[in-house]
Amino acid sequence: MDPGLIQLDQGSGGRAMHELIDTLFVSAFNNPLLAERNDSAVIEIRGERLAMTTDSYVVDPIFFPGGNIGSLAVHGTVNDLSMLGAKPLYITSGFILEEGLACGDLEKVVMSMAQAAREAGVLVVAGDTKVVPRGKADKLFINTSGIGILPPGIDISGRNARPGDQVLINGTIGDHGMAVLCKREGLAFENEIQSDAASLNGLIALMLDAFAGIHVLRDPTRGGVATTLNEIAEHSGVGIRLFEEALPVRGDVLGACELLGLDPLYVANEGKVLAIVPAQGADAVFSAMKSHPLGRAACRIGEVVSNDPGRVFLRTRIGGHRLVDMLRGEQLPRIC
Amino acid sequence: MKYLEEYRDPLLARSLIERLRRKAPDRQVRLMEICGTHTVAIFRSGMRQLLPPQIKLISGPGCPVCVTASEDIDRAIWLAQQPGVIVTTFGDLVRVPGSSSSLHFERSKGADVRIVYATLDALQIARDNPERQVVFIGIGFETTAPTIAAAILEASRLGVNNFSVFSAHKLLPPAMRALLEAHEVNLDGFLCPGHVSTVIGAGAYQEVVDNYKVPCVVTGFEPLDILQGISLLIDQIESGRAEVENQYRRAVTREGNSAARKLIEEIFEPADSTWRGIGTIAKSGLAFRSEWKGFDAAQRFLMPEITVKEHPGCRCGEVLRGVMTPPECGLFRKVCSPQDPKGPCMVSAEGTCGAYYRYSE
Repeated sequence: MDPGLIQLDQGSGGRAMHELIDTLFVSAFNNPLLAERNDSAVIEIRGERLAMTTDSYVVDPIFFPGGNIGSLAVHGTVNDLSMLGAKPLYITSGFILEEGLACGDLEKVVMSMAQAAREAGVLVVAGDTKVVPRGKADKLFINTSGIGILPPGIDISGRNARPGDQVLINGTIGDHGMAVLCKREGLAFENEIQSDAASLNGLIALMLDAFAGIHVLRDPTRGGVATTLNEIAEHSGVGIRLFEEALPVRGDVLGACELLGLDPLYVANEGKVLAIVPAQGADAVFSAMKSHPLGRAACRIGEVVSNDPGRVFLRTRIGGHRLVDMLRGEQLPRIC
Repeated sequence: MKYLEEYRDPLLARSLIERLRRKAPDRQVRLMEICGTHTVAIFRSGMRQLLPPQIKLISGPGCPVCVTASEDIDRAIWLAQQPGVIVTTFGDLVRVPGSSSSLHFERSKGADVRIVYATLDALQIARDNPERQVVFIGIGFETTAPTIAAAILEASRLGVNNFSVFSAHKLLPPAMRALLEAHEVNLDGFLCPGHVSTVIGAGAYQEVVDNYKVPCVVTGFEPLDILQGISLLIDQIESGRAEVENQYRRAVTREGNSAARKLIEEIFEPADSTWRGIGTIAKSGLAFRSEWKGFDAAQRFLMPEITVKEHPGCRCGEVLRGVMTPPECGLFRKVCSPQDPKGPCMVSAEGTCGAYYRYSE
């Protein structure tokens, strides 16, 4: 049953989106840089390696606990560059505004973008503004592109995971998705769940200083930790085993997930990095993470194995095993 | 986290599993978890491979999306196609394939289909859109029915005239009886659903125990709950007893929630209902009482005759009756996946096929 119409789940970050990207975009724009399918492309100009990325933001609501669409756009783009080990430098920003958007809201969004850029040490160097009639967009969409410089000797890619590597994460999972969802649906808990949205370039620089041989860095945004690890397992041709009792989830996020029937493994993060590190460098990277404010709650959550290539398994709390699939269907549309 | 971690304790779980291994009967026992939430909890905990091989868990017809009759899915799709109508429902239903479409596809073609988390949200949509007809597709068991009844009472109190409910509700005990009467699966015990039992009470299974001599244990949803529920069933089987026991005492009483049942009874009355894969079961659904028929979408809209066309290879019916496991279906993983489901058991988060697909190799 295919009506030939775009469905919401094709933008979910999960299986349907990957199929769309593979069958349409990657084949149409056919080139080896795109085919790498990392968060950023690595381009070489006169011996200098640059990382380049782009991202669009359609989060609803545009203001949520812990951030807004503007700060999120900067964090997201900075993070996509950082996930290759690049030092983010310049960002461009395109705004699509709906007629009737409150000027004060736009100002707030832009001010927090400016602050996020200052804090991350990047410059917003070009932009574009369009206004569409009321109802033709929803308040405000932002597209950002970013460019960064890649230090020599760094080779980080989703293809590099190897059996024996450890899987680390810098803190609790599912915070961003649940913060946005609870705000959107008007769900109130004892404390408001805060998004984890943050620029991770500082943390990642520290991790690379500790051990430059990190194999993979990925930010588990849409589709969550489960989907991101499945991508890595597929691209690297390895299996990944997670330990359920090691997965860090905040109590309020877990409670909200239980209530709504969601699995935190599939809920979006905007200030988290999954690091896949050879065993000999894992302790150094882990200590570096712990020493940074954005890595205080870092955990070792799993390991890379040679069996079951392309698949992710979870060793459950009670000692069983189960498959952890990529996100299928739309879990939460418009979360970023 | 209070009331979660306590029931997921790894050491206690392992000692319960050890106990089950020690006292497992020497013959095979077949236990049915009726509820889809149990099915998913069992898979997510990886419990199946830890149980002794003699204990076989069979998934039953307790996923509300899965047991919704194909003709009711087609009616919901027809409603969504009517100009000016907003169809509201719970998440999973939108992806269930009907004869030639789904609510999901209708939405991408322009139909106004909205997912709500609570029936009162649907009522709010009706109040916000007074010029449009808002229909809530009511599916679910005794757990959701009271909330829907409450929304109808509220609509009546507020004088909201553009709100109606298409009632495809189901009642669980009649389905348990129908399964036992059919003699297709020889069941040694039921893990009875915790949530439904909060409303109907543990006492509701007494009749199953009395008439069919099949042990029933009302069970919660955390790994320790389920392991203890299984353990209680094995104890009953080994000692030749058939009783109603309540493992989920922190939520379920013998009497249940009489206020919730009163709400259901005020608006609805039991009526024959068609279950996917099982057929029509007497008094297993909920129809509007005559004084509330004004809120019945089936009365408000003149619906056409529906001729159902299901995917010819789909074995959801057998899966729902517990006579077949999903991997035994010819479509499973080959053409039927959560992304392109051919039947409801693959769609729903609580469906047996979806659970096998997502969590097992």
